[in-house]
Amino acid sequence: MKVVLVDAGGANLGSVHYALGRLGIKARVSGDAAEIAAADRVILPGVGAAGPGMARLRELGLVETLRRLDKPLLGICLGMQLLYESSEEGGVDCLGLLPGRVQRMPAAPGLRVPHMGWNRLQRRTDSPLLEGIPEGAQVYFVHGYCAPVDASCLASSQHGEAFAAVVQRGRVAGAQFHPERSGPFGSRLLANFIEQGS
Amino acid sequence: MLSRRLIPCLDVRDGQVVKGVQFRDHVVMGAIEDLALRYRDEGADELVFYDITASPQGRGVDVAWVERVARLLDIPFCVAGGIRGVEQARAVLHAGADKVSVNTPALDRPALVSELAAEFGVQCVVVGIDSLRDDDGEWRVRAYTGDPDRTQALPRRTLDWVQDVQALGAGEIVLNCMGADGVRSGYDIEQLQAVRAVCHVPLVASGGAGESAHFAAAFEQADVDAALAASVFHAGTVRIRDLKATLRQRGIEVRDDA
Repeated sequence: MKVVLVDAGGANLGSVHYALGRLGIKARVSGDAAEIAAADRVILPGVGAAGPGMARLRELGLVETLRRLDKPLLGICLGMQLLYESSEEGGVDCLGLLPGRVQRMPAAPGLRVPHMGWNRLQRRTDSPLLEGIPEGAQVYFVHGYCAPVDASCLASSQHGEAFAAVVQRGRVAGAQFHPERSGPFGSRLLANFIEQGS
Repeated sequence: MLSRRLIPCLDVRDGQVVKGVQFRDHVVMGAIEDLALRYRDEGADELVFYDITASPQGRGVDVAWVERVARLLDIPFCVAGGIRGVEQARAVLHAGADKVSVNTPALDRPALVSELAAEFGVQCVVVGIDSLRDDDGEWRVRAYTGDPDRTQALPRRTLDWVQDVQALGAGEIVLNCMGADGVRSGYDIEQLQAVRAVCHVPLVASGGAGESAHFAAAFEQADVDAALAASVFHAGTVRIRDLKATLRQRGIEVRDDA
């Protein structure tokens, strides 16, 4: 099993790498198109802003590589947001692997943005990706933008409005929260992705 | 619903966790990794590591221990101290920290906050503010608080600075009320309320926690998103698991015990 972490400059690259290490999974960190295309599992981590994130993927010539992957792909946080058609953050076009647009989370009195901290998951659809992660499980989020709850949403969370927390459409999956920093439930999601793919 | 966070703060000096009273007279509390895992196991929601001498000594954070902590921990952590530019922040974030916190360097050069936000996103940019009430009744910020001999009182009003840093791109603010720090007589609710009124990003209360009721008061009366403490956790005066049980009983949403 070849697991590759895409080196897209995402600041949580190291954390995801270590989290896989704690599961006994050796992952390669790579920005090389051929190595990514040949992997059995590809993870696109990301902390940062959509504009620099997409710019980095373009610079490395990875946009088409990621679009054409035929193996399971998991985007984490910003990495998940980049899977969509576009993002309101900087008004950038993204990978377009999932339909829809990522939008800024609206702030309201008593509702702070960025959405930062441990929040509960509401399960919407059964999936091998969610095995062992119960309804109401608390996971760690840090983000100011989010994707809408639509047909690809496996689990949502709520901060004012409900938003997509775990998504999947065919071989493409995403987690808005940080599985690498979400204790046992986060580890379980990573393990599920590696073992079962999409 | 979003949980209120409990954050043990580990002041780091020479590779060890230390604690002083009102920023003076530091005693060694233990090894960084041991304390990090202890608090994770006790139910801490997040950890903050302050390299308390980096800024006064004009150096960056030693990333070796950041990486060791990142390998061990499966909860988020923030690193503060001596981050003066994008490249230093990148080194700390790439070593595995989830957020960086800037304090004195942001006062010296406020554009730092917007540079970090543009490069890494606002969600990992925390601004720490050390604040003290002056004789005229105004809260004003302090710089270089890691070293009492170099601590500077600035003319900048705390409430103005809170608004400025949000406009610049702070994703979270840690308000350390220096008058209350280390004396365990409770968070400075009045000051936290005043800051809360102008703070639209997550706000972390810091300084003064002495017992469980103090945490509850900060959440209930000042609506802070998180409460940070050091000495009460280090000394075992407040156990995180018991604290969470108390908060839960009062209807405050906290993370479930593992």
